[in-house]
Amino acid sequence: MSAAPKSVPVVIEQASRQFGGFAALKGVSLTIEPGELVALLGPSGSGKTTLLRLIAGLDQADQGSILFDGVDADTLSLRDRRIGMVFQSYVLFRHMTVADNIAFGLRARPRATRPPDSEIRRRVGALLDLVQLPGLEARFPSQLSGGQRQRVALARALAIEPRVLLLDEPFGALDAKVRKDLRAWLRALHDQTGHTTLFVTHDQEEALELADRVAILNNGLLEQVGTPNAVYDHPATAFVCGFLGEANRIPVELRGGQAIFDGSPVFHAGANTSGSGALYVRPHHFHFDISGATGLNGQVETVRRHGAIQRAEVAVRGLARKLDVDILSAVAPAVGERVGLRITCGHIFAGT
Amino acid sequence: MSDASLPAAALPRGRLARQDGAAARIVLIALALGFLALFLALPLAIVFIEALARGWQAYLGALADDDALAAIRLTLLVAAIAVPLNVVVGVAGAWAIAKHEFRGKSLLVSLVDLPISVSPVIAGLVYVLLFGAQGYFGRVLASYGVEIIFALPGIVLATLFVTFPFIARELIPHMQALGNAEEETALTLGASGWRTFCMVTLPNIKWSLLYGVLLCNARAMGEFGAVAVVSGKIRGLTTTMPLHVEILYNEYMSVAAFAVASLLALLALVTLAAKSFLEWRYADQIAASRRH
Repeated sequence: MSAAPKSVPVVIEQASRQFGGFAALKGVSLTIEPGELVALLGPSGSGKTTLLRLIAGLDQADQGSILFDGVDADTLSLRDRRIGMVFQSYVLFRHMTVADNIAFGLRARPRATRPPDSEIRRRVGALLDLVQLPGLEARFPSQLSGGQRQRVALARALAIEPRVLLLDEPFGALDAKVRKDLRAWLRALHDQTGHTTLFVTHDQEEALELADRVAILNNGLLEQVGTPNAVYDHPATAFVCGFLGEANRIPVELRGGQAIFDGSPVFHAGANTSGSGALYVRPHHFHFDISGATGLNGQVETVRRHGAIQRAEVAVRGLARKLDVDILSAVAPAVGERVGLRITCGHIFAGT
Repeated sequence: MSDASLPAAALPRGRLARQDGAAARIVLIALALGFLALFLALPLAIVFIEALARGWQAYLGALADDDALAAIRLTLLVAAIAVPLNVVVGVAGAWAIAKHEFRGKSLLVSLVDLPISVSPVIAGLVYVLLFGAQGYFGRVLASYGVEIIFALPGIVLATLFVTFPFIARELIPHMQALGNAEEETALTLGASGWRTFCMVTLPNIKWSLLYGVLLCNARAMGEFGAVAVVSGKIRGLTTTMPLHVEILYNEYMSVAAFAVASLLALLALVTLAAKSFLEWRYADQIAASRRH
């Protein structure tokens, strides 16, 4: 690219949006630093695409404001916002060649700021090199694979030298292998071009791997914003804990700094809260204790291969759902064996 | 053993089932073809047979008649005004309905269908009531020397009313299926609304639009009921081809009547042929524009 595009900070202040009687966003505030890659993570219907469309200017917030570099976005036309938007379904112009698709934003500029044809051609070539699709200028979208279409859509968005890049489920429609490749490639591309980027995903693995910071949205509200390590290791809410990776939920009684299940303490609660709560434990945070000296006892029901490790389902009296427990030791317990479980790490959420 | 015999036993039964299907297919095709032959092909053939009953000389003579030529000219003129107007209004209406949400949208959708559900004669009568000499606006317009009923404007109005749905109805489902995504993309890329329409929307809907125009044109030239009411049937002045056919027929000039009718029939055939040719010639493009 010729001139490095200027990336700007985006500030979202108390954005709300209602559709009929349904509140899609209930006052969301989020600041994205210049050049930052932020993932907007949440389940379907959490409001993440709504937020993205508000930033893009395709929809208007009922309340709150969005600032680009300190300027209220409401005062900017879509053209002046200079948003590079990539949609989940690519949305390439099907009757145009790849080159015409990428050049669309440049040709749509008013005459005074429109680059000459030779310059447009040069830039299209450079962008195709950037997205690693050289020589595909004359193809039509229908002649490309899904991954190629996605990269053309990105090249088209980059062509207008956007100040902010918005990606809506950029890899949602691709198969697992292509997703993984494109993920690494997008991270490298971001390091190279340095656009302020916000991408929407419902895939927590993708968000944790790609983003500088992850914003977790649920029911139109932000649950937590932080670095991948921060949100994964220190989830602020039960929802975040359950959504970022697998977790077993154990209802407990909080008393005297201990989490008590079925009458015996199972985990050190730390804070001196009391009342009922929930203890969330990830499958790899259990330790088998054959001696059975811990508070949590159960019977191994099944042992299955789960990627690199084996996983046991352990039925515990008083728990409706069986616990998923990763078998980290070399010796696997046998099916039907009675085992004790020691919790090495867990998250306690009072009152849930 | 039983494993091997099972497919063998199933095979004849499968073949039987397929034979049943074949029989049903033949019956259905014969039914459809018979119906088409009896009610479409035969009448169409009779138009041409009757028109040429007294030879080419009489046929061409009937078409060269001054009143016939005037009727042909008027029909072409009406179509030349009504079709482009309907293109503009039809595209605008379809755009509004397919791409936007607004209050009263379902009412607008029903209104688009109104001309199809209302008898054309009623459409004509409404215009007479509005613009006729005794009508609501008739006197005011007459004082300014504006003639609508029994003149070209009335015929154009009636034709517009009757032919409006053809383009809009062709476009609405297609535009709804296409959705807003490409337009939104174009807007985020900085394109103006007009440029988005010309560069993105129009290329995507051009085939539906063309079908709509062909159908609209065929109906504009062939409309009888609404035009009959507003035209006053002044020979050589306000008779379109369908009206002219009826007048000639009522005067027992069947060769002349069928000669003009054959032109209209020919128009229908050319429209159909053009549609089929375009579908065949651009099949892949059409398929691509319908695919999402």
